[in-house]
Amino acid sequence: MTTIAELPPGFADKVLSAQSTFRSVMSAMARPGSVQRIVPMAGAPGMMMRGTAAIALTLFDHDTPLWLDARMTESSDMVKWLKFHTGAPVIQDSTIASFALVSDGALLPPLERFALGTSEYPDRSTTVIIQVESLDAGPSYELRGPGIDGVATLQASIKPSELFERLRFNETLFPRGVDVVLVAGDAVVAISRTTRVVNKGS
Amino acid sequence: MNAPAYNFAYLDEQTKRMIRRAILKAIAIPGYQVPFASREMPMPYGWGTGGVQVTAAILGPQDVLKVIDQGSDDTTNAISIRKFFAKTAGVATTTSTEEASVIQTRHRIPEAALHANQVLVYQVPIPEPLRFLEPRETETRRMHALAEYGLMHVKLYEDIARFGHIATAYAYPVKVNARYVMDPSPTPKFDNPKMDNCPALQLFGAGREKRIYAIPPYTQVVSLDFEDHPFEPYRFNAPCALCGAENSYLDEIVTDDKGSRMFVCSDSDFCEGRQAEGHHGALSAAPYKDKAQGEAQGKDNG
Repeated sequence: MTTIAELPPGFADKVLSAQSTFRSVMSAMARPGSVQRIVPMAGAPGMMMRGTAAIALTLFDHDTPLWLDARMTESSDMVKWLKFHTGAPVIQDSTIASFALVSDGALLPPLERFALGTSEYPDRSTTVIIQVESLDAGPSYELRGPGIDGVATLQASIKPSELFERLRFNETLFPRGVDVVLVAGDAVVAISRTTRVVNKGS
Repeated sequence: MNAPAYNFAYLDEQTKRMIRRAILKAIAIPGYQVPFASREMPMPYGWGTGGVQVTAAILGPQDVLKVIDQGSDDTTNAISIRKFFAKTAGVATTTSTEEASVIQTRHRIPEAALHANQVLVYQVPIPEPLRFLEPRETETRRMHALAEYGLMHVKLYEDIARFGHIATAYAYPVKVNARYVMDPSPTPKFDNPKMDNCPALQLFGAGREKRIYAIPPYTQVVSLDFEDHPFEPYRFNAPCALCGAENSYLDEIVTDDKGSRMFVCSDSDFCEGRQAEGHHGALSAAPYKDKAQGEAQGKDNG
């Protein structure tokens, strides 16, 4: 039996680590496509990356219903860690989730299954956090939109490879839509619902 | 042992998480007002409770904070908020626009160009630009949902019909990223062009009205206007009486009861910087200072 004592730890300094992590995520969201680093260390259970763990400790709590992909749901260590450190309710129904954690892009469900917000309240949508292989090597993507001075180039190896095609539904849905946060280790890139891929190189 | 009286930056961590989530949504949907559970702050509504909560949620020990009130670093509101964060967060404070990493502002955008590593936090009294045209929140929300902004243009048109020009001089409505009409807070319309394509992140907090909204960096911000009545920033036609600047926003200061007045830069850091560089205006204090340095003859007004 796993006792609480065996769980990986949270932040050593809750207050300042959360602040520093938030600033990285805020910069990422404000400048889509730019790679931000998460500095504070926290224990991360199982397949959870360092950056994902830090974001979870910074943004999740009892007010944020959380949806996990199948692989994460199966890992009881992960669910216990999330429940113990954040108190976020883990739910099955992705359409009411505040956050979704996807450990493997192959397990990403159709994006329409997440909360997209309403026309009156587009903020009531799911922020999807996807763990990816790399955010500094791989195919290059050219991004445009608010937060980007002209064109931003992102080099990343992302699963699913057609993620950006799938995110194009944000274009017609706006202001509804989902915001995506990509994590690779301690690197974070945000793709907000206003970000458009203009050119996909190889 | 003395336990610290407050959490870092005053707010508790649960509140900060809630505000931080609202900020992320606000950035993702430029110009959209995100509702948040605004807390009571140790200052009255109207003194910047919204801006203070946003600043408290983003501030870290490495930040350098500047607070301005109508452009000035040395008014009561600016000084008390600066001291509040110096005390509760122990952050360094500055009056220099260039050196600051977080600038909280009431009703002005600094004259000096902002850079990419800065965050500008606005204090907002009424976040809803349509509120005076339509008092019902359910209706304004619907209007934003449908991007139904005809009413705002009618209001600007009525200005033209009555005065011959768009008489709205502050809180001049803007359209953000070609979608949401947004209240830029009661900044003079002189400042509106600075919001467009700004390298810094702009966050807006309204405490009493419980709304947070944002303009990401490099985002299009257009002041509403008409083809035949284009938007024009307004400025008093005078140089600053202290530093001689001809391109800054001016405050009008009444100097006696006989109608005399002087115009000075509203941005105190900008004005002092120019004076330090040797620029002088018509009423520059320099002659007085020279005299004080010379003989001890005090200039007695009495």
